[in-house]
Amino acid sequence: MRIINTNDIIENIKEMCIEANLYLSSDMEKAIKESVKIEKSLIGKQVLELLDENMLIAKDKNIPICQDTGMAVVFIEMGQEIAIEGDLLEDAINEGVRRGYKEGFLRKSVVDDPLLRNNTKDNTPAIIHYNIVKGDTFKITIAPKGFGSENMSRIFMLKPSDGVDGVKKAIINTVDELGANACPPLVIGVGLGGTFEKCAFLAKKALLRPINESSNIDHIKELEETLLNEINKLGVGPQGLGGIVTALGLNIETFPTHIAGLPVAVNICCHVNRHVTREL
Amino acid sequence: MIREIITPLTYDIIKNLKAGDFINITGKIYTARDSAHKRMITDLENNKPIPIPLEGNIIYYMGPTPAKENQVIGSAGPTTSNRMDSFAPTLMDLGLKGMIGKGERSPEVIESMEKNNVIYFAAIGGAGALLSKHITNVKVIAYDDLGTEAIRELTVDKLPVIVVIDDKGNNLYKLEKDKYRSI
Repeated sequence: MRIINTNDIIENIKEMCIEANLYLSSDMEKAIKESVKIEKSLIGKQVLELLDENMLIAKDKNIPICQDTGMAVVFIEMGQEIAIEGDLLEDAINEGVRRGYKEGFLRKSVVDDPLLRNNTKDNTPAIIHYNIVKGDTFKITIAPKGFGSENMSRIFMLKPSDGVDGVKKAIINTVDELGANACPPLVIGVGLGGTFEKCAFLAKKALLRPINESSNIDHIKELEETLLNEINKLGVGPQGLGGIVTALGLNIETFPTHIAGLPVAVNICCHVNRHVTREL
Repeated sequence: MIREIITPLTYDIIKNLKAGDFINITGKIYTARDSAHKRMITDLENNKPIPIPLEGNIIYYMGPTPAKENQVIGSAGPTTSNRMDSFAPTLMDLGLKGMIGKGERSPEVIESMEKNNVIYFAAIGGAGALLSKHITNVKVIAYDDLGTEAIRELTVDKLPVIVVIDDKGNNLYKLEKDKYRSI
């Protein structure tokens, strides 16, 4: 039995909130740089160059890449041989987020009640997903999610007879209709299968995978490639101002489902697809 | 070619702006996003004055990250404009001449822009670090309790934006998308 103290968790989460908002992962950086070379639209090319410059300024000046520093989505992967010592784990996670957003000068964008809408002023509570696994690992992923793109996400409860064509149509139409608002170039997370809520979770989880890493299921890998290719033919382009770079990546996560259903969730993310993982 | 304009906007400036133009804005502009818009419209409904001097001015749909001690402002990119669509025509009828945000607008907003000769600019979404470099002074002028959503008067120096919908209704989101569409 390995013991982890919640003070350790708080400190790490604090640092990770700040790190995620100032630095993009190398797969995202590389994808943005490469997209400048292939974009055909002159306006689109200029926009992509500015996005590249923005990343450098963020690093150089220690300023968040985007002013929407998001709602903190936290994924915990915990081995069942771990014991937590100290506070309640959930309280520790929220304390880490609270300190990170305060000390990192990040924007506090969370309101306490969806209708009354008073700002909690510390960006808590976080959205927390737990996954209990074998062994004694303790892995934390922080993925701040901005709502410009979150708002453009959709879920569809298709019929089994809709099949793969129905799935493609749902995803492509979502990007066609809403993508321009979500700060393209986009990263698209797709959930396929499960139940209503599992499917949405899968779409979010798909955003955590490196964008250049395909699914290890053959027909899903093929679907990822087809969809990315089709989406980049829509003409939406960088910032929705036209072009061939609408999405930098599209990842699909799947799960078994019911004989009567075919859930599809599309979680759209902008080019500021932030996620940081640490293992304690 | 990038052109420079200085606020406040006049009809002479507006009539020469076309969808697709890259523009640098210098002068004063005002921030307001969801909560501030809602409050302004409620004030107007109750016959109270609103804090933004609208005539000839520009509203930037933006809520910044907090500034550190050595900074004027934190990250300062645009938010999605369509959430302000239900409020925008009222403000345009009262003299607002420009909006800065990102993404498409509703047909009602575009109609009001044509009627009132108003320009809609896009700033680059997700480029908040870069945009903050062009903001030289910040003053909270109303609704301080809204935090990041408070109304701020910004002094900007060559703030880079693109005209995305002009006062003739030319819409870059539609015109340019069609050029590159092959599906």
